[in-house]
Amino acid sequence: MNLDIRYPIGWMFSLFGVILALFGLLGDKQIYARSLGVNINFDSGVGLLAFGILMLLLAWRGSAKAKAGPRTGAKD
Amino acid sequence: MNLTAIDWVIMFLYFAFVLGIGVFLKRFMKTSTDFFLAGRSLPAWVCGIAFMAANLGAVEVIGMGASGAKYGIATSHFYWIGAIPAMVFIGLFMMPFYYGSRARSVPEFLRLRFDEKTRAFNAIVFAVMTVLSSGISMYAMAKLIQVLHILDVPLAKMGLPMSWSFHLSVFISALIVLGYVFLGGLTSAIYNEVLQFFLIVAGFLPLVFLGLKNVGGWSGLKTQLPSAFTHSWQGMTSAQSNPLGVEWFGLVMGLGFTLSFGYWCTNFLVVQRAMAAGSMIDARRTPLIAAVPKMFFPALVILPGMIAMALPTPQQVVTVNGVVQMQTVSNGGKGLIPVKIDVATGKPAVDREGKPVLDYDLAIPNMLLHYFPTGILGLGLTALLASFMSGMAGNVTAFNTVWTYDIYQSYIHKGASDKHYLHMGQFATVFGILFSIAAAYAATRYNNLMDFLQLVFAFVNAPLFATFLLGMFWKRTTGHGAFTGLASGTAVAFLHHGSTLARGDVVGIKGGFIAVLHEYPSEMAQNFWTAIWAFSACFAITVGVTLITKPRKEKELVGLVYSLTERPSEEHLLWYQRPAYLGGLVLILALVLNIIFK
Repeated sequence: MNLDIRYPIGWMFSLFGVILALFGLLGDKQIYARSLGVNINFDSGVGLLAFGILMLLLAWRGSAKAKAGPRTGAKD
Repeated sequence: MNLTAIDWVIMFLYFAFVLGIGVFLKRFMKTSTDFFLAGRSLPAWVCGIAFMAANLGAVEVIGMGASGAKYGIATSHFYWIGAIPAMVFIGLFMMPFYYGSRARSVPEFLRLRFDEKTRAFNAIVFAVMTVLSSGISMYAMAKLIQVLHILDVPLAKMGLPMSWSFHLSVFISALIVLGYVFLGGLTSAIYNEVLQFFLIVAGFLPLVFLGLKNVGGWSGLKTQLPSAFTHSWQGMTSAQSNPLGVEWFGLVMGLGFTLSFGYWCTNFLVVQRAMAAGSMIDARRTPLIAAVPKMFFPALVILPGMIAMALPTPQQVVTVNGVVQMQTVSNGGKGLIPVKIDVATGKPAVDREGKPVLDYDLAIPNMLLHYFPTGILGLGLTALLASFMSGMAGNVTAFNTVWTYDIYQSYIHKGASDKHYLHMGQFATVFGILFSIAAAYAATRYNNLMDFLQLVFAFVNAPLFATFLLGMFWKRTTGHGAFTGLASGTAVAFLHHGSTLARGDVVGIKGGFIAVLHEYPSEMAQNFWTAIWAFSACFAITVGVTLITKPRKEKELVGLVYSLTERPSEEHLLWYQRPAYLGGLVLILALVLNIIFK
């Protein structure tokens, strides 16, 4: 199938990560009383972004490999 | 519920991605194999995650959180005993026949191994069951959206009555699932299950982090809860001395063997995910890969339930006129768990002894509301919705395949072109979802109807593993034997349920409708023993009937029975690539977890 699922996962998580991290950085800090004073939006945002980028890197590496090597069809 | 713009943005982006995957995949749906089996081309890790995510329906996230609050860590038996061994078994011993026989579905495998009537029985029951399960998921989700008042503000803005919350939730979720399954078939469902899985982890991990921080970590949690809540094997020697009300034998044989093997090894909903793999070795690795996240899932779903119970602050979140408020508990709730309100009277519900009944199903939703500010709350709620949708889509893809291959192609319209069956599959997706919607509405009218149907399916499923076990490992087993065994196993399940009752239950749908010959300490014990009886009856009768009927020729059974099938060669693989080693590793890990949390 010609879609590497790591791309949409990577893009979606990066996007969510940027949105949450920016909101955590710029938005109202009062709301974090609920989350025990932890800026959970910023922290989770950074985590999501890191995961998203990792997925994109893996996907890029995967498609680079597929281009470089000859097509073997179903692997092992 | 005070959701703000950012929460809605996250939710809509998620919907856009999910549908976008379907739209992108549409161009690849050329043959029925593409649509129903994802072209048998997906990598093992994708199938593995989908294998575990496909059953993350209504039962999993909300239900396991509820059990965590009610029983504590003993709930993890549903994972470490009730799933992992079966997942290893199907990967190592059964996948060679499912994948190797080139059967396109589990009922079709029964046709190849036994005969037409065994297939028809399994296919029809399964098709009805999937549509209803998807309807139950839909109902539970719409109900939850209603209880949490998620749509109240948008509905008020649009000038629509609050009662539309349920309709709108059903309609939107049905439309989204329909959209992506119709467009991209099984591939789309599997890809979205992978996406949903990561989303569920992303939404629940911060919740567990905040909850544990609040109660002082695992050791803090231990001091807040009764000892049996944090020790999964404590008191398991007798049914009277542990929260589940089951003794170790009933647990291991009922849950760990008959129920769990019956589900994970024979249910096409999950097996279909492994059949989509690109090669035999990937198909065998699928359930083994799935077992790893499965093993650690209790930390994400059971733990929040336990924390909800242990929270020191006797305050709970309530929503008044669409605004979240903190209120001191006055009606006898515990932690974040409120007392269940009787829908008919509007008063707190009490059990037969007059004690208040807690609404455990709100454990996880209330945790989300308690800890999550706007922003991450949108992510958490989206994760919750994702879990329901992945359950729905899993059922719908299993339904359209069994309907098209095992009912339509086999009994209604044979020998049509492949294109015809591809279109039938897309059409089946539409009416499968329409039936699910009907089931969701039926559940709102007749609360017992769903309990009743689930009970019937429990009866049918309980003996199923005996049929597969004998069929795959004893070449003499005959079709007549298999069919009679299944039918009598189902009958024995019915008789057992009808003649026993769990303590505290009323005679009726809960059992005892024939006579009350035995009383179990808990409903769980009753269910486990029903499964043990049904399995044993099916096993014995299948063997008996087989011995007096004529076996099939051995050469017809090559690739379907263990002793007549060549073992897949693993010589060329490195040790960590070999399914046997992977399986062993998974079992050791599960054992270690059991020892740590004993």
